[in-house]
Amino acid sequence: MNALNNIIIDGMAFTLPLFIMAIGGIYSERSGITNLALEGLSGMGAFAGALAAYCLTLQFGATSQVPYYMSFLFAILGGALYALLHALICIRCKANQVISGVVINILAEALTIFLVKTINRSVFGRPSDKIDLGASIRFTVPGISKIPVIGAFFTKVYPFEVIIIITAVIVWYLLYKTPLGMHIRACGDNPHAVDAAGMDVAKIRYFAVMMSGALSGIAGMAFAYSISAKFASSFFVGYGYLSIAALIFGNWSILPTLGACVIFGFARSAGYQLVQHLGLPSSYQDLVMILPYVLTLFLLIFLSKHTRSPRALGEVYDKSKR
Amino acid sequence: MNKNRVLRNAAISILVGLLVGAVIILILGKNPLTAYFNLLQGCGLAPKGKYAAGRGMLTDLCSYIDFLTPMIFAALAVAVAMKAGLFNIGVAGQMLAAGFIATITIGYSAIPAGLAKPLVLLIGAAVGAALGAIVGFLKYRFNINEVVSTIMFNYIVSYVVSFFINTRYVDAVSRQSRNIGENARLTLQNVLIAGYKFNIPLGFIVALAAVFVVKFVMDRTVLGFELKAVGLNNTAARYAGIAVGRSIVLSMVISGALAGLAGVTYYLGYFASIQPRVLVSTGYDAIAVCLVGNSNPFGILASTLLLQIISKGSTYMSSQSGLESEIASVITAIILLSTTISVLYMELFGKLRSKKGGKTA
Repeated sequence: MNALNNIIIDGMAFTLPLFIMAIGGIYSERSGITNLALEGLSGMGAFAGALAAYCLTLQFGATSQVPYYMSFLFAILGGALYALLHALICIRCKANQVISGVVINILAEALTIFLVKTINRSVFGRPSDKIDLGASIRFTVPGISKIPVIGAFFTKVYPFEVIIIITAVIVWYLLYKTPLGMHIRACGDNPHAVDAAGMDVAKIRYFAVMMSGALSGIAGMAFAYSISAKFASSFFVGYGYLSIAALIFGNWSILPTLGACVIFGFARSAGYQLVQHLGLPSSYQDLVMILPYVLTLFLLIFLSKHTRSPRALGEVYDKSKR
Repeated sequence: MNKNRVLRNAAISILVGLLVGAVIILILGKNPLTAYFNLLQGCGLAPKGKYAAGRGMLTDLCSYIDFLTPMIFAALAVAVAMKAGLFNIGVAGQMLAAGFIATITIGYSAIPAGLAKPLVLLIGAAVGAALGAIVGFLKYRFNINEVVSTIMFNYIVSYVVSFFINTRYVDAVSRQSRNIGENARLTLQNVLIAGYKFNIPLGFIVALAAVFVVKFVMDRTVLGFELKAVGLNNTAARYAGIAVGRSIVLSMVISGALAGLAGVTYYLGYFASIQPRVLVSTGYDAIAVCLVGNSNPFGILASTLLLQIISKGSTYMSSQSGLESEIASVITAIILLSTTISVLYMELFGKLRSKKGGKTA
């Protein structure tokens, strides 16, 4: 029983950040811009957020809640601004979008690690390769949390899980129920029609890519809090790529993607519980860690025949081409 | 693209990277010229102030060549896949798998050196090729994007290798895999010549040969022609009767084999052990080298020699100037970034030219 609760608690804490990052990817790719840069976007967002949280903690003291919530705001800003670079390379410079994505990731990893070390040494005067965040607050909803199984969803909840759920509902509404959302989706399938209707394809795509940066920023900050309580080079473990796999399963739609993220998140937490339950040495955790990746490959084998990517995905928009 | 434009773009990209790096170094209050000179010193391309006993400029130069050998293979691996329209970002995983298998089969054995060294190369290439074949097969048969599958394999290989090292092959002190025997190592350690010690990289000769072979295969053989045709236009190639599936798998096999060679020259050459849970940055840096070298084998050789100065020299630069050695990867990343925005340079040149034309007219 206890093990099941732990699977749910850890599973949700991993699923939700992955999900919001995948939604970011959906925004970008539905607008027609391939986005392999999620890993880098979330890293840059987490770096900006962690730095802000560290500075604000010095200002407000360790007990204050302000740094926690402000860090997500800065992560959103950092992610969105950095995503602008990807948008500029893909839209303004018409470069290969896959290459741009990989470049963005390499630059993010190199730059954040360099900046963390340099800032730690020259501004805070301590040689260190990480930004400590301190343990995140977690809350348990009284009453509901006593219900068996379902209660686990309301036990030891990270505040960012609430932030993510609210954000996810808003961006889902935006993408499927508003004119702007329709324009974004149209840009990915038939940009010429969008152009003919008098809309600016480039502008819509800039917005969509920056949106993916903002959402990845939230995810990055959440991972930084939940997994290691710090920002360091160990942040870059490929969850960005995992969320891309999730959105490919989800056929570039938000709700099926949630299903994929749940599978990843719960496979991972169940694996950890299994290692603990069987009393295996910690090196066996390495075998558990491969679960989401192996699962991805297997599911892709069965699903990729049916995947239908946005028609204009990855193509440079050329007005004169019909 | 014509040759001049390619060369110009590569030169501009490197210059921009170095300039931005210089600005960062200036902001940190250090002298960029000294820092860049330190890079050259660290690679044995300029004399250092003082040397330890038995070491000289040539010792450093040998070590630099030893260091860059895996990169030549890795960048060639990226290039071969790219010619066929595939993006192999799993080089790091293929390197690790090849290095690990070669380590446990040959590295820990007592096979005589004359036989062990060729075997290491063979096994490395075979393991890499096998991994590449799986990726190619998944792409061709199930339409799985090679970018996603290679990344998944990177993590799977990394964790599986880490598991086996930690449970069976770990060295209690270094927390890495136990060192391999000198019989299997592709770099001859501390060879005494004229009173100086050298690490002689045998793999470099193989790497040079690989440059010529890849160039020949790509430009002069049916196989190379078919790979390029598939890369340029999949549909047209199919219409022309080229077996597209076979080409995709083959290009990944060759690419994987080259990555495997990069792996053995790295883990059983420059180093002699494997650090668990770490994927080397060579896999990603190879993309930079390949792009700057415009996927041309000779271009790759040149850009490896240039870009590896930054990586190899960064340790010495860090010790001399107190800059973080990570600045090397930042500069490499910026060079990579500026290759992607080369359109802007061309526009800029176009504008300058039309202005000049306007004046003379």
